[in-house]
Amino acid sequence: MGAFKETKFPADAPVAQKAVGWVDDRFPLTKLWNDQWGKYYAPKNFNFWYIFGSLAALVLVLQIVTGIFLTMHYKPDANLAFASVEYIMREVPWGWLVRYMHSTGASSFFIIVYLHMTRGLLYGSYRKPRELVWLFGFAVFLCLMAEAFFGYLLPWGQMSYWGAQVIVNLFGAIPLIGPDLSLWIRGDYVVSDATLNRFFAFHVIAIPLVLLGLVAAHLIALHEVGSSNPDGIEVKENLGADGHPVDSIPSHPYYTVHDIFGVSVFLVLFSAVVFFAPEMGGYFLEYNNFLPGDSLKTPLHIAPTWYFTPFYSVLRATTADFMWVLMVGVAAYVSFLWLKSKLAFRTKAVIAVIALLAIIGMLPSVLDAKFWGVVFFGGSVVILAFLPWLDHSPVKSIRYRPDWHKYVYAGLFISFLLLGYLGTQPPAPVGTIVSQIATLYYFAFFLLMPWWSEMGTFKKVPDRVVFHAH
Amino acid sequence: MNFSKKLLAILALLPGLAFASEGGFPLDKAPDRSHNMAALQNGAKLFVNYCLNCHNASSMRYNRLRDLGLTEDQIKQNLLFTGEKVGEMMTTAMPAKDAKAWFGTVPPDLSVIARAKASPGNTGGDYLYTYLRTFYKDDSRPTGFNNMVLPNAAMPHVLWELQGVQSAKFVEEKDPHDEAKTMHKFAGFEQVKPGSMSKLEFDTAVADLVGYMEWMAEPAQQQRKRLGVWVLLFMTGFAILAWRLNASFWKEVK
Repeated sequence: MGAFKETKFPADAPVAQKAVGWVDDRFPLTKLWNDQWGKYYAPKNFNFWYIFGSLAALVLVLQIVTGIFLTMHYKPDANLAFASVEYIMREVPWGWLVRYMHSTGASSFFIIVYLHMTRGLLYGSYRKPRELVWLFGFAVFLCLMAEAFFGYLLPWGQMSYWGAQVIVNLFGAIPLIGPDLSLWIRGDYVVSDATLNRFFAFHVIAIPLVLLGLVAAHLIALHEVGSSNPDGIEVKENLGADGHPVDSIPSHPYYTVHDIFGVSVFLVLFSAVVFFAPEMGGYFLEYNNFLPGDSLKTPLHIAPTWYFTPFYSVLRATTADFMWVLMVGVAAYVSFLWLKSKLAFRTKAVIAVIALLAIIGMLPSVLDAKFWGVVFFGGSVVILAFLPWLDHSPVKSIRYRPDWHKYVYAGLFISFLLLGYLGTQPPAPVGTIVSQIATLYYFAFFLLMPWWSEMGTFKKVPDRVVFHAH
Repeated sequence: MNFSKKLLAILALLPGLAFASEGGFPLDKAPDRSHNMAALQNGAKLFVNYCLNCHNASSMRYNRLRDLGLTEDQIKQNLLFTGEKVGEMMTTAMPAKDAKAWFGTVPPDLSVIARAKASPGNTGGDYLYTYLRTFYKDDSRPTGFNNMVLPNAAMPHVLWELQGVQSAKFVEEKDPHDEAKTMHKFAGFEQVKPGSMSKLEFDTAVADLVGYMEWMAEPAQQQRKRLGVWVLLFMTGFAILAWRLNASFWKEVK
């Protein structure tokens, strides 16, 4: 590090230039802006699917700002919480708008993040060298789920109350420590004031802090390796005379104006919901949640908010009968792995031992289906983290994969949507069977990916990105 | 249509897979009173006279009724009976403990009940409108009345003087799916004792009351929708500008 040197500006230089220069001598302001956005070169062939990252950032800011104003009027007290939300809706000037923006923002956040992840899946955005981008993103998704779960208790309605009760009770399925663990999480024998207070603390400070850090890491990692694109071509392998990739353009101004356009379209849709359908037919604000939480009145049908239902369906699909299918599934998968995989013998042996223990554990007399439901529920989320290592396709983008791969992906999306839909419904025999089939497909998609993803005839990936000038 | 467009089309269809309708007594559609100030004022009067004796509406401030075109003086003179101030919340004089002893349960707070009782395909107003009109004589119940929408309701038929007394006719029908079973099927009401109102007058009065309860569940609703029109117009204009701005920059990208 050299000695500190003050940049000299001519006396008649604009004040703004001098001010920025003064800061730049002491803090890398211009450098940060240029590295992260101003001169960050991004592929020029981004399509519709590439807007959701910016939109997620926008909604994050929206949630934080509206959240701060809600915190000024909300009371984290079991006796006051429900009424304080109605106080915000009626007595606080513009409180209704802030609250609806926050509740609509929560659902929008998940719609955006699911589409953002779909993009990653379609175009192989998680592939080398973007594994860490994906992992940070996955951690952001986990935080988002935690944030939504803790936040959903705060209005203290019937769904808030019983939803939290059901989810906290899931921890009770863990052998030995389960019941004590869920007691420790709740801080009481039922969801109560103690639970509300700690959930409030997690929702307004603990999780948002972690979330912001992870979002920063996600962006730094992305801007370090550079963005992928719908063709899955590494644009940095084809540099122009100026040292920048020939197929890239600086984010500013091109993606600035592009994202402003995307944001404006999003805001039209967002405002339409906030002002004309804030309940969104009972999906964004559930009807039952307009009744105060009551520990003595269990609602007939308890379902989590729509964005959790795909994973919740996996939990419900894991019935005692279904355990036999799962045991066969695990045995078949390990035999397949043993025969087909190129893993080292020791790794295979470890996997086989774990699988054997799991199968023994799945016997009805050992661990009950509820425990395995929780395991598969968690597994259905966690498995996403392994995508960079499960996908062995020689090309990144769906565009150059064999056509039948598209149906494999379509099957995943349909399974996910079906699970999501069924999770909002009361349990029914046909629904359970459909959700079990969808669950099997969902896991098979990922667990068999190392094999099917390299099968078939791949199309030739062009040297330059496909771009049609506007 | 390429793959991602197909996928989007599937996503767009998803909300169409709405909840399946739930069973129970079919609900009548509550007439829309949201723009009829006279009806909403009448509903407020009925609400204060008949509902607030037992129920609270503890999130609702009396002087918010100014939104329905009433002045503070009118509210004081017509709707306040027991020395409350216009700045106070609508609370009942009945202690919760007594209510529990008399009805077996504390009557629920009605501030947002019209939102809570909504279900897929029906508004909370539909529920209340049907509920309040389907009390029928049933001597086996402690209150002497039963209800079609909420069987064995703890609530007495508070509006019986207005509606009169009706009995419900039931017929025993063979279950088409199971010959061995018979179904206890509702076959209409029969007026046993006339009330002070005709059927039409009573339906209108209940519609006003329910209209008021829907308004009370979200007093900002009309303001929200009015403002929403302007916000959408502005955002659409902004989107068009942003679209052209984007196009003008991207023209130079070859």
